[in-house]
Amino acid sequence: MKPASYLLLGAALLGLSSTTQAQQLSGAGASFPAPLYQRWGVEYNKVNPGVQVNYQSVGSGAGVKNFTAGIVDFGASDAAMSDAEIAKVANGVVMIPATAGEVVYAYNLPGVKSLNLPREAMAGIYLGTITKWNDPVIAKANEGVTLPDLPIQVASRSDGSGTTYIFTQHLSAISKEFADKIGTDKSVTFPVGVGGKGNDGVTALIKQSPGAIGYVEYGYAKLNGLAMANLENKAGKFIAPGGESGAATLANVVMPENLRVWPVDPEGAGDYPIASFTWLLLYKKYDDAAKLKALKDFVTYGLTTGQGFADELGYIPLPAPVVDKAKAALATIE
Amino acid sequence: MPENNPDSRAIAEVRVGPDLFHVLCWVASAAAVATLGWIVYEIVSGAWPAIQKFGFGFLTSSSWVPNRENFGVFPFIVGTAVSSLIAILLAFPLGLAIAIFLSENFLPLPVRQFVRFVIEMLAAIPSVVYGLWGIFVVIPIIKAFGDWAVVHLKGIPLFEGPAYGNSMLTASVVLALMILPTLTAISRNALTAVPKTLREGAYALGATRWEAILGVILPTAAPGVVAATILALGRAMGETMAVAMLIGNSSRLSWSLLSPGGTLAGLLANQFGEADGLQVNSLMFAALILVVITLFVNVAGELVLRYTQNQTAGIR
Repeated sequence: MKPASYLLLGAALLGLSSTTQAQQLSGAGASFPAPLYQRWGVEYNKVNPGVQVNYQSVGSGAGVKNFTAGIVDFGASDAAMSDAEIAKVANGVVMIPATAGEVVYAYNLPGVKSLNLPREAMAGIYLGTITKWNDPVIAKANEGVTLPDLPIQVASRSDGSGTTYIFTQHLSAISKEFADKIGTDKSVTFPVGVGGKGNDGVTALIKQSPGAIGYVEYGYAKLNGLAMANLENKAGKFIAPGGESGAATLANVVMPENLRVWPVDPEGAGDYPIASFTWLLLYKKYDDAAKLKALKDFVTYGLTTGQGFADELGYIPLPAPVVDKAKAALATIE
Repeated sequence: MPENNPDSRAIAEVRVGPDLFHVLCWVASAAAVATLGWIVYEIVSGAWPAIQKFGFGFLTSSSWVPNRENFGVFPFIVGTAVSSLIAILLAFPLGLAIAIFLSENFLPLPVRQFVRFVIEMLAAIPSVVYGLWGIFVVIPIIKAFGDWAVVHLKGIPLFEGPAYGNSMLTASVVLALMILPTLTAISRNALTAVPKTLREGAYALGATRWEAILGVILPTAAPGVVAATILALGRAMGETMAVAMLIGNSSRLSWSLLSPGGTLAGLLANQFGEADGLQVNSLMFAALILVVITLFVNVAGELVLRYTQNQTAGIR
């Protein structure tokens, strides 16, 4: 090797060692907000190159497990954490709502541009009691639309997911039969239909079969150009999914002390019925002061500037009162 | 003539003290056995709460309802068996035919080597790519076939409607393609290993080419072909990603091949990430069952292999 190349090598090593000195923050959890958190990480690194955020989209359940085991600096979950789960974390838990999303009924009906789904149909389709598109229950809510005499091909998530949790939670709230027969969980067993793996799996199912319907996240449906149904809310209005109707739902939510709340069946006339926050999970106490500062700065960035990326990625920006409460909760961390 | 070679003496002189190579081999094989033991131990201990709670009923119950803590894997055991058996039924005649074709001189050698290379390349395609290919290519074909079959093959329970794209049949067809290279490569090796003298003997007795293939070469190569089939069956049973993407992941039992189904491996891939509590234990139990089934298949394969080897030992 020539002296010049030694110099180059030395410079490269120096460069390497200086990047390893950057504060690393590792997080793991829900896949639903992953694109947003990862975007925050990239954008925040541009503003503050001293901090590198590595968020792994491993699923809410695995996120809570990793967080409880203490192998990540922060976790993330669509189902927050239950009190029993929180009790297992020695350092205590602060749950910060970080963004929110909607779950939509996406469908594939050639020629049907707009579809209203009454509550009875929303539950009935997944209970297997409504099996045809021209069922009177659906037809009554869609006057002037010619619904085909097609069987409804029901698609659901086969993998455990926060999306299923939010979806089944709402259906359990609006239909007693659904609550009794199926119930709420991250993975449930539907009596009808086909299971696709992940949002992309369900999207493929919907796209490929005329007559199909399935639930996916709003951002995903928007990105893939899927037709989305207008859902009947508690006030009896049919509401299209979107940033505005989602924001209306969130604005009406009353935040409790621990910031864990679901608008299970929102009451406002303009509220989109199936929306939910998703949470960042932080410890109440961190031993490493430098890490704590980096983490606080990063989360604050996410709660403020970071909300600006929400809309383009298909999430609902947090309402201002929620941001204030989240910041207050963040301040309690030591 | 090693005595005349000074190098070999030098090597012999170096070999004093413990045989390092021997020790190394011993440790490597012991580690492999120990790892298997460890895996089984971990699975059993993880599954223990579910084993205690459900016992044998876990295998015969058809309800898998995570939020009601009600677990049974009968539909998934059936799905695993059915999907891999159909895959073998589709792949065996095809794979064997290709193997015969490649081991005979129907075509010039370069062409045969090209075909062989392409088929072995199929084994190099990642599972998830098969899954994607299945979604975009196989599903529309099977769906079209299914819609036709529901009307024209009415009355046959195997083709009862409604026809789904993500179905047992779709998963089986893609599985068949995935195990084809295994089946073909090992069968071909067995066929080419048949001694030339046997083939020449058959021709000398006046056999035609087909008589020689069917009467002499295939029976002689049978142990290898059986081994190939069993290995392929094992691969089909354990295949996860492509199946999870294509089979429709339903725990409902149905006679129809056009209905969605589920397999043990697919169930694990789908639910492990978000599972907690008893669901994890039950998934471990399901994993244990999958291990036992594949072990059983391999042991059965080994026995069949030995039996057929003894049967054909005389003609080798």
